[in-house]
Amino acid sequence: MDKVKYVNIDGRDIPVEGEKNLLEVIRKAGIEIPTFCYVSELSTYGACRMCMVEVEGRGLQTSCSTLPEAGLKVKTNTAAVRQIRRVALELILANHERDCTSCVKSTKCKLQDLSRKLGVEQVRFRAVQKPRVVDEANPALVRNPNKCILCGDCVRMCGEVQGVGAIDFAYRGHEVVVQPAFGKNLYQVQCVYCGQCARVCPTGALTPKSETAAVWRALQDPARTVVVQIAPAVRVALGEAFGYQPGEVTTGKIVTALRMMGFSKVFDTCFAADLTVMEEGNEFIRRFKENRALPLFTSCCPAWVKYVEQFCPEMIGNLSTCKSPQQMFGAVAKGLFSREMGIRKEDMVVVSIMPCTAKKFEARRPEFRIDGAAEVDHVITTQELAQMINEHGIQFRDLQPGSLDLPLGFKTGAGVIFGASGGVMEAALRYVYEKVEGRTLESADIREVRGEAGIREAEIILGGQTFRFAVVHSLANARQVIAGIKSGERQYHFVEFMACPAGCINGAGQPVSLDQDYARSRTSGLYGADQMLQLRKVQDNPYLKELYAERLGEVGGERAHHLLHTGYTARRRMKGKSMVIVDGQAAGKLEIRVCVGTSCYLKGSQDILHHLAQYVLVKGLSDQVQVKATFCFEKCDKGPTIKVGDKVIGHCDVNKALAAVEQAVANGAGVTGRP
Amino acid sequence: MPTVMFRKFEKVCAILKKYNNDPGRLITILQEVQEEYRYLPEEVMAFVATSLGLSPAKVFGVASFYAHFALVPKGKYVIRLCDGTACHVKGSDGILQALYRKLGLDEKVPTTPDMLFTVETVACLGACGLAPVMVINEQVYGQMSPEKAVELVEDIRVREGSGNV
Repeated sequence: MDKVKYVNIDGRDIPVEGEKNLLEVIRKAGIEIPTFCYVSELSTYGACRMCMVEVEGRGLQTSCSTLPEAGLKVKTNTAAVRQIRRVALELILANHERDCTSCVKSTKCKLQDLSRKLGVEQVRFRAVQKPRVVDEANPALVRNPNKCILCGDCVRMCGEVQGVGAIDFAYRGHEVVVQPAFGKNLYQVQCVYCGQCARVCPTGALTPKSETAAVWRALQDPARTVVVQIAPAVRVALGEAFGYQPGEVTTGKIVTALRMMGFSKVFDTCFAADLTVMEEGNEFIRRFKENRALPLFTSCCPAWVKYVEQFCPEMIGNLSTCKSPQQMFGAVAKGLFSREMGIRKEDMVVVSIMPCTAKKFEARRPEFRIDGAAEVDHVITTQELAQMINEHGIQFRDLQPGSLDLPLGFKTGAGVIFGASGGVMEAALRYVYEKVEGRTLESADIREVRGEAGIREAEIILGGQTFRFAVVHSLANARQVIAGIKSGERQYHFVEFMACPAGCINGAGQPVSLDQDYARSRTSGLYGADQMLQLRKVQDNPYLKELYAERLGEVGGERAHHLLHTGYTARRRMKGKSMVIVDGQAAGKLEIRVCVGTSCYLKGSQDILHHLAQYVLVKGLSDQVQVKATFCFEKCDKGPTIKVGDKVIGHCDVNKALAAVEQAVANGAGVTGRP
Repeated sequence: MPTVMFRKFEKVCAILKKYNNDPGRLITILQEVQEEYRYLPEEVMAFVATSLGLSPAKVFGVASFYAHFALVPKGKYVIRLCDGTACHVKGSDGILQALYRKLGLDEKVPTTPDMLFTVETVACLGACGLAPVMVINEQVYGQMSPEKAVELVEDIRVREGSGNV
């Protein structure tokens, strides 16, 4: 057996037990080393210089990027260490927009926290950065570069963990800025609004976009009836803002608080999650029997859905057509329940409390409108709810628990675990198993699904057939799984995808924590809540049965389909210019556009473009015709796609393209304005 | 005109192919692409990103980091005036001001509206023995003076004006 290695830290020998760097060993020894750019989930960057320590024989070293070699003698609190940390922090603060009192991140800001802890009392340096524009064109996130300290946590989160790469460093020296490509805003690029960048941002440079003002307005409008739904993950995290342990379930107090704030009905997204399982379970069984459009992909996570639409549009057919629980709730509340409450649906306002920033985007999707109005009017995050409770002055800890309203507040344990990675799959299996096998599950716990790994797979026997499924969280893992499915290397029938690491409980709208134990505690909070319920399978939810019997008709039937299902569209990643290849000048010129977006490019659109342009030049049409290489017609499933005039030609090849141009020209296109 | 655009696009495709669409060769690829367009147009960077499987933000990050890459179109003649220590001491600033005056340019507007000239300063061209030094495209001119610099510009203007475009 290997001898135990020791590192000497401030005179104490500390064993090295597989820590990846010196910093982790020092923290294990009970010394909190300050950091901005070190997030254990991400790669080591070594930029913020806050974690400097003195290593005997080596001088000052960044502990995050020093290997914990045996025999190192480390001092963590010398005069030189304190001095260099202080100066580094002062330099960071010099360029930082220090409007702490009105910053949403105040009291949760790492920069503020470390400035206090390290005793910075003045900033001796002048700012060299000019004020930059705040990016808030999208519904989910606010990006304020003036508060950015360039730690790069967001860049690595977006690139490494999510595989999206919507933001990166640009320019150099004192002009460096973290931004989307070409200085566009987040709305114009491939951002999926998961908000994980905001979760790791140590300052207020990236924050969820607040909607609390609109919610207050609705609550205080006498003409409106405001109903609210609480997502599963909110109940195990909101308490953290009021001194409760992560994972402690505070549903009862949340209900009371919401009633005090003026919500007419307090319902539960878990009810809608039950409903989702019902519809999605049946959708799965149907596809499984018909062996069609498999593997089925879950569609409750709006960041994942946007990811598919942008990055793997050819898999859109695999997505479940079920709306997410949030949207099913909105559809049922406005479409069915408003009548029951005796109010017009125009007078009903539906508010969601979500752990998620992407839900803000989802609620605004044009697909999710009912008679012209949004199914869900406002989405606030767990953080925003905590702020509203504080703003109202409600003493959360002193509240008597209240109970959720019926019927849309009644749920089974299946709906509760939706908030954790693996929960959707487990909830679905509890239903699908009994439905297919025709017998009762002995235990509602399906442990094969649970765990922490980013890609988990298992198989069970279902109706005599081997049924293979996978549970995936974080989008870089999703990308890997999709690639495996495409190559045939991975074969499944059903896959659950969640964009956030560990699932919704770790969403960007939750109280901020980078401690992985928080995620664990919140997860076990949800499974504990599931365990406490008498009913743990959706098929046992009496109110759900009633809803189908009285209103929706058959599960997966026409009425249910109309209200609870949706469709998706291929979505371009970036709004931008086209490349002009042949620039005809004639007034009535024929416009030919060839998509060179990733999907079409991989299917050979470049070759089509080459032949088209050559054809145009050889035939002497260069004045009558304009040929452009463009990015995405949002018809990726039919790629390669070209557009001749107004005519879109899918599944295009060189011959089809040339024929289309020939015909258009023969019909006189482009000739009218010929000089 | 149309053939020029087409030729450039074909060249970009050829460059990408030459480097096997290897994202590790991004800088080399951008250099060669810039030779075609004399700068890096946004849509071309987006196309390069797509072809290499990189995010456009990453490609823009690299392109905007290096002074060598131009993000806005430059003139046909790029005048690089050395402002390193030796050249500075020998009066490079006077040359710069003379060029700015002659061409109606300044630090914020370094390119003439007719896209003929761009004036830039560089930290050192490594030819301090010839200070002050100026480079027009690939051609090096040593021991410059404000008068000589302006004369060179006038010569080019005459040449370009006489139909050699």
